[in-house]
Amino acid sequence: MNGMIAALLAQDALTSGAIYALLAISLVMVFSTTRILLIPQGEIVSLSALTLASLEAGHVPGTLWLLGLGGLVVAGLQALSGQIRGAVLWLAIPGAIIAATRLLAAHDLGAAGRMTLTLAICAPLSVIMYRLAFRPLARAPTLVLLIVAMAVHVLLTGFSLMVFGPEGFRTRPLLPGTITVAGMPLRLQALVIIGTAAVLLTAMALYFGRTLGGKALRATASNATGARLVGIRPEAAGEVAFLLAGLIGCISGMLISSMTTIYFDTGFMIGLKGFMAAIMAGLGSYPLAAAGAVLIGGIESYASFYASAFKDVIVFALIIPVLIWRNMIDSRNRDEEEE
Amino acid sequence: MKALAPFAAALCLAALPLVLPQYWLTLMNFTGLAAIVVLGLVLLTGVGGMTSFGQAAFVGISAYTTAWFTTQAGLSPWLTLPLSLAVTASAALLIGLLTLGLRGHYLPLSTLAWSMALFYLVGNLPQLGSHDGIGNLPPLSIAGHVLGGRAFTWLTWGAVGLAFLSARNLLDSRTGRALRALRGGRIMLQAFGADIRRLKLLVFVHAAVLAALSGWLYAHMMRFVSPTPFGISAGIDYLFMAVIGGAASLWGAIIGSGAVVVARDLLQDIVPGLTGATGATELLVFGLVVVLVLQRAPGGITGRFAPPPRLPRAALSHDATPLPPRPAMTAEPLLAAQGLTRRFGGLTAANDISLSVEKGRILGLIGPNGAGKSTVFDLLTGVTVPDAGRVLLAGQDITDSKQTAIARAGLARTFQHTRLRGDMTLLENVAIGAHARGGCGALASIFRRDRAEEARIFATARAQLQRLGLEARAEVLAGQLSQGERRTAEIARALASDPTVLLLDEPAAGLRHAEKQHLASLLHQLRAEGLAILIIEHDMRFLLDLVDRVVVLNFGQQIAEGTPDEVRANPAVQSAYLGEGEA
Repeated sequence: MNGMIAALLAQDALTSGAIYALLAISLVMVFSTTRILLIPQGEIVSLSALTLASLEAGHVPGTLWLLGLGGLVVAGLQALSGQIRGAVLWLAIPGAIIAATRLLAAHDLGAAGRMTLTLAICAPLSVIMYRLAFRPLARAPTLVLLIVAMAVHVLLTGFSLMVFGPEGFRTRPLLPGTITVAGMPLRLQALVIIGTAAVLLTAMALYFGRTLGGKALRATASNATGARLVGIRPEAAGEVAFLLAGLIGCISGMLISSMTTIYFDTGFMIGLKGFMAAIMAGLGSYPLAAAGAVLIGGIESYASFYASAFKDVIVFALIIPVLIWRNMIDSRNRDEEEE
Repeated sequence: MKALAPFAAALCLAALPLVLPQYWLTLMNFTGLAAIVVLGLVLLTGVGGMTSFGQAAFVGISAYTTAWFTTQAGLSPWLTLPLSLAVTASAALLIGLLTLGLRGHYLPLSTLAWSMALFYLVGNLPQLGSHDGIGNLPPLSIAGHVLGGRAFTWLTWGAVGLAFLSARNLLDSRTGRALRALRGGRIMLQAFGADIRRLKLLVFVHAAVLAALSGWLYAHMMRFVSPTPFGISAGIDYLFMAVIGGAASLWGAIIGSGAVVVARDLLQDIVPGLTGATGATELLVFGLVVVLVLQRAPGGITGRFAPPPRLPRAALSHDATPLPPRPAMTAEPLLAAQGLTRRFGGLTAANDISLSVEKGRILGLIGPNGAGKSTVFDLLTGVTVPDAGRVLLAGQDITDSKQTAIARAGLARTFQHTRLRGDMTLLENVAIGAHARGGCGALASIFRRDRAEEARIFATARAQLQRLGLEARAEVLAGQLSQGERRTAEIARALASDPTVLLLDEPAAGLRHAEKQHLASLLHQLRAEGLAILIIEHDMRFLLDLVDRVVVLNFGQQIAEGTPDEVRANPAVQSAYLGEGEA
């Protein structure tokens, strides 16, 4: 391998590492506030990528069905429990987004318009998912939540296949072309991705470190009962965590859709790699999760150069020693066993 | 009449292929193949609490083994059957040794990781046909007669029957009781000498062998193998079948497999017109169904429509004699601790504690809350290892011994917060106490060679219940016992292990006056029988009337030792309990 190839691989590693880092951070956040291993985060990624691709093609994205139906069920449940205001909101907001999309889809909105619309369609899906699938099971054992997460993943994959079909899509990069820095070609879109990830990661750090909302989430994460005693509702914290995870998942999906072709089931693999990074951080530390993500991006990128067929074999097989290492660290300060 | 029902069901099942058309035979085959895998998953996940997404990979390992050896080496499928089972079992043993120590969600995530790695590995190995797989497998045949159609269905369901019996026999055994207590019962099981690691490995390999049986059948039914049916979606499917059927129920495994296989077929037949892509609807429906099942009916189909079945203790003689007592230990003192010290960070929870208990003596361990009594118990029983000091059991140094080894050496304990399995009967709970006194392994259980020993284990448990006046409650689920009964059950379980030294952690807490008196007379009796007893108790009157000597702890320090009267008169003890200046 010469220096040029090494540099190109490093660029790839950083680009996918940036995406995995965003996902890993969102997964750590959701797990620490709700004990849910959010396997379907990968589906938010692929759904938003496919929604963006669909808008680029001038179509009305099929994701609207999910938003509409999900919103309707949430509204219905709210109405049944007597929360009329909530019910109206859950009818009005998805309704407005659907109406806007149907009106605007045929027009050329520009990249910013399409991305805003995608965000508005896909980020609420995460909250709907929390409300319908997870919140009723808030007290269930972690392993039940894991199976529910797997079921939601399967459900969303099925939906995605149903409305987008088995074909893959790729979106136009925000900034096409390359620039040459010190004799090294740099893809501009890679810079966009790395830059966006850096901004989002900084914003998250500020949110958790400096704002009341962020601190409330951290309080719930470290001790849900204690947080409840000082007036933080764990359900509300869970909702915020899912909304943030939805936003991050959407942005990741839109970013990555210009670098690689996205199929209905691509998100699962991307999400799993985010998971592996989150695990390296013991599902607890944000900076470690980000570091783990870049490491996984690196392993993947160099593995695909040396043994491209075995890229995924290597990435997934390497998880086992990481898990064992992590388990050894965690077992030193573990809690009482769970039923 | 009731005993005949399973035979009648089996007979009906055996007659079904005679009347069903080929289309339904195929569905029956697929149901049977899945049920074999799911039966293993019920043991592993539903009972043992180890969630696995990787069972399909074991099916695949077996299917590829038989595919390779029958097509490349020309072996007969009947020869590759033991080979496939052995290869899969070895793979499971290896994976299990590596990953079964993982706790909580790390274990299921590891099953995702290794099964995905294996999937991509096989898909990229040209020696195994890459993504195209291996074709032209020989069919199963006996004396030149090919087993197709009905014969294959009979064979498959015969295998389901064997898998079912193996799982049921295992659950109804000494190993099975430990397995049923595994979820959340780790500390208790170790305190009675059960080897958790071995137990987990055992059920993991058993589930893998069942998956292997299914894989071998599948390979020769399809006569073609490729990576796809053994990928992660298949692994998730098996788990969904278990959940839908009822994850902790063996019948649920069969019902769940049947429900999913038939529903999938209906969806594929009826719905494709509605959607563009094949497979989308079933994903959507199964995802939705599993979420709803877990939210609304966690027991699955079987849990919804039938009460959880009591496990019958099959073929046990009722006049068996209790297990033989262990040889008496003579080296005095039976239990001794010398200079035990344990620090947690900056806190010294126990500092230089020394005590000893002789045969036929009761030693009390008292002290205010946070004095370090429970820490001393943990140090004596091997739950934690001391930073300094030694523990001797009948002269043998057990300081660094594992909890299980200490339990097997004759030290039994009760727990301050009772650790009974609410979903097992009182008698079964007490029988766990005798775990280490039995010797029959899983294979003996599966082939029912353990009945004589089982009968003696239950005779032992029943004898202890009788002695403690609980025999009338023997078949009640432990979850329905009163607090006093639970405390007494803790003692019965400890006694079922035939201990030389008995450690009681607040045995009188929550007992009524009459119950306390009964407990006191029981302890007198045990002392007369030569047991060495160490007891932690907060009820001073109860304790001081009972014990021969007392050790008093405060803030991790041993502040006094002596007879009850000496301790009562000790000013340091009075100030520890009543505060300075009031003594």
